[in-house]
Amino acid sequence: MTIADTAARFETVIGLEVHVQLSTATKMFCGCAVAFAAPPNTLTCPVCLGLPGSLPVLNRRAVELGLRAALVLGCQIEPESQFHRKNYYYPDLPKNYQISQYQYADHPPLATAGVLVFEVGETVHRIGIRRVHLEEDTGKLVHGEGRSFVDYNRCGTPLMEVVTEPDLRSPEEARLCLARLRVLLQYAGVTTGRMEEGTLRCDANLSLRLPGTAHGIRTEVKNMNSLRSVERALRFEQARQAALLARGEAVVQETRHWDEHRQVTFASREKEEAQDYRYFPEPDLVPLRVDEAWIARIRADLPELPEARRRRYVEAYGLPEHDAGLLTATRPMADFFEETVRHFPQPKVVSNWLLGDVAAYLNAAGLEIEEAPLAPAALAELLALIDAGTLSGRSAKEALEEMLRTGRGAGEIVRERGLVQISDEAQLRAVVDEVIADHPAAAGDVRAGKGRAIAFLVGQVMQKTRGRANPGLVNRLLRERLGAG
Amino acid sequence: MPASLADRPAWELRALYRRKAASPREAARAVLDRLEALEHRIHAYLFWDADAVVAQAARWESRAHREDAPPLAGVPVALKDNICTRGWPTTAGSRILDGFRPPYDATVVARLRRAGAILVGKTNCDEFAMGSSTENSAFGPTRNPWDLDRVPGGSSGGSAAAVAAGEATLALGSDTGGSIREPAAFCGVVGLKPTYGRVSRYGLIAFASSLDQIGPFARDVRDAALALRVIAGRDPADSTSAEIEVPPYDEQLAGEVKGLRLGIVREFLSEGTDGGVAAAVREAVQTLRGLGAVCEEVSLPHAPYALPAYYLVAPAEASSNLARYAGVHYGHRTARADDLYTMYARTRREGFGPEVKRRIMLGTYALSAGYYDAFYLRAQRVRTLIRRDFEAAFAKFDALLGPVAPTTAFRLGERTQDPLQMYLADVFTVPVNLAGVPGISVPCGFAGGLPVGLQVIGRPFDEGTVLNIAYALERATDFHAARPPVASAAR
Ligand SMILES: [Zn+2]
Repeated sequence: MTIADTAARFETVIGLEVHVQLSTATKMFCGCAVAFAAPPNTLTCPVCLGLPGSLPVLNRRAVELGLRAALVLGCQIEPESQFHRKNYYYPDLPKNYQISQYQYADHPPLATAGVLVFEVGETVHRIGIRRVHLEEDTGKLVHGEGRSFVDYNRCGTPLMEVVTEPDLRSPEEARLCLARLRVLLQYAGVTTGRMEEGTLRCDANLSLRLPGTAHGIRTEVKNMNSLRSVERALRFEQARQAALLARGEAVVQETRHWDEHRQVTFASREKEEAQDYRYFPEPDLVPLRVDEAWIARIRADLPELPEARRRRYVEAYGLPEHDAGLLTATRPMADFFEETVRHFPQPKVVSNWLLGDVAAYLNAAGLEIEEAPLAPAALAELLALIDAGTLSGRSAKEALEEMLRTGRGAGEIVRERGLVQISDEAQLRAVVDEVIADHPAAAGDVRAGKGRAIAFLVGQVMQKTRGRANPGLVNRLLRERLGAG
Repeated sequence: MPASLADRPAWELRALYRRKAASPREAARAVLDRLEALEHRIHAYLFWDADAVVAQAARWESRAHREDAPPLAGVPVALKDNICTRGWPTTAGSRILDGFRPPYDATVVARLRRAGAILVGKTNCDEFAMGSSTENSAFGPTRNPWDLDRVPGGSSGGSAAAVAAGEATLALGSDTGGSIREPAAFCGVVGLKPTYGRVSRYGLIAFASSLDQIGPFARDVRDAALALRVIAGRDPADSTSAEIEVPPYDEQLAGEVKGLRLGIVREFLSEGTDGGVAAAVREAVQTLRGLGAVCEEVSLPHAPYALPAYYLVAPAEASSNLARYAGVHYGHRTARADDLYTMYARTRREGFGPEVKRRIMLGTYALSAGYYDAFYLRAQRVRTLIRRDFEAAFAKFDALLGPVAPTTAFRLGERTQDPLQMYLADVFTVPVNLAGVPGISVPCGFAGGLPVGLQVIGRPFDEGTVLNIAYALERATDFHAARPPVASAAR
């Protein structure tokens, strides 16, 4: 029996543990700013440095974002939850314990028992959410010059962990589930959800079993830095476990890291001794109480979710379903679209440019819209120049490319490169005459009533003006000169 | 010959300042003179800054007499060394924090500064407040001003001794299982452990977070009330501090106990209690009866389980609180380590003393998988039972009375080889911490020439009643006016 046959016999069981960085201005338990790439140890204070005598104070905003996530995921919100200390020693953890919400008998986390729904074609997937809890991030170790340094800027950054039930049955479904979770959380304003920046991190548990039997032994896969790598890593792990089972070998319960470069998972070198974290309730914090009124306020303030936006784009902007779906695929794209429309109120035109030239550029560059230096107002300015006839479509594409690359303004580029459309009749008539003189055969064809030849001549004029000639005007002038109808 | 300014209570200094009969500079000088005369024998302080004392006094020299002067303007105050002071060494009596100077003030320190206090220095204590005699300080013990061969109690022994000897007018300590009340009793001063949540813990180096509470040492009840008023109140930086109004405790002292129902805790006057101590406490009860209080016996049936429960909960929290002292970014770091694990192990081995190590091990064990339910969780259940005992008692009584400790101050070295004997010094104070209620030690007599303290325990956030009962006893007796011989001799 081949490995493929064995794999086919087994059912794959996957659960995800997703950590997201909450989009708060300040840290989980102190007033320090949360920011990316600040100089080391500049965003710290006695609390997040774990200095003697310092005490944590819970960031209310972080709780609210956690509650938003819980609502979006249809979770049951616990009226009272508690924080715990997870005790372990590591230099990136200044207190040598992490404040987290641990779940045991009488200590529920922030929220439990939710469900994540997504559709793929006609199929509706419903993935159970086991728990949503809050915790603080650690600092970062930096190794260099034969020494190790610690940067505590990230220390105490608010994190939310979302744990799914092991309801996923394929690596592809796992990727789709994560993508869906990410979009929902982005729309809810809970997180920026950027895997490359680490504001969204995903670990996965995968095991194989014969259908209808108990769960097999699982491995935990870490270090997957994109949606694509989640699917690839899990596919590798699925095949690896299937091969083991086909050979009659047992799967070892362990943590494995995804190597993006080699496209394999490998067992982490540290010994897998069962860590005893000695959890106990954090005595420096009071229990977190969430009453109905608070939940109601958060529900009322919940931002518009992707489905609602898609509907609005179709109904209010008259966009086709397909376009509306693409524009709302990520919140940054939808926000970009709306902001551009605010400056240039022709939704269909904006949509065409975003889904056409802008999307093509981003795809080729491997960027998300929020990573490109283009601002909505700048795109709107460009579209307005086209609309006013100042810029030809071709010049506009040229300008857009530079705007996406450099973040410079449309007007600036158009002026500098001399891209302004030529609509001056006298100037164009001279070029038209030159072209007619250079191409007597084509001119003759047009005179003889062969209408198609005129396109060639228009093209020649455009070439001579580096695409800046107003094409409508050129057409009219050629016809006048050649006496065509 | 009038008493030295070093022996005057704060409220009296205030009155003298107001009449311009004395000035902050003179009071500060008197305290520094006393300190310099006695410190080599008592060792109440780990650090003091005479220049800073003089400078702070100068700041209030021309203002302390004014009506609108803040409540502690020009009053010399000492701080237990587990309370963070910006720029001043703060070691908690431990080698592992040798050289550590916090970049910030504890909330109580900020409040004292705002109230005009002259901060004198940092007082000796058992390492990380773990102990009942101050012998666990890494920097040598403090001696009891009443008998230099005896301990001052602990863990806030330095603060108690400083106030008793006139090396400070007031002092702050911290009380996790009796660490204010027991040394106050041993040194014949007033020591108050407020309700858990009454005073901010921000800046107090944690021993056991759910039990720790900062409180004042004073030479009389009015001063304790004054100091509590200054340091109490909600602090946004401490989530466990309570949003409950702070009454003007010192102004509300009436000394009236007529009709008050006082419960005498039966379990605290058992055969384990020293005869002289029990006699002084009974005498105090008689005095209060004579003032019109209704005193009856009451039982706290679970009190005998308090000590074992405490020695699980407190070490468990301590094992986690003290994990941060590992040589990474402050405090002691071993010079001999090539890898991370060795750095942790050696740093902690070199930095912590034996009692701290013992409690870290106890606590780590109590929280370990498989033992958590049997130890930590069960201890928490006992704690709930003890809290209910107090609730039941307070349904019938306005306050409870008993001794602070089973004995008077013991000899240096007497119990250092026997941790259990040492732990027993806190047997009557620990239940109060577990219940989170306020308790005071007020001088109520002498036994064998050594001070005895009466413990008055109140309802949560009812420090007012506790202070008032202590004040009534104080007015009816003159034990608080007695000064230890070394202080009298020093003048
Ligand atoms: Zn901070």
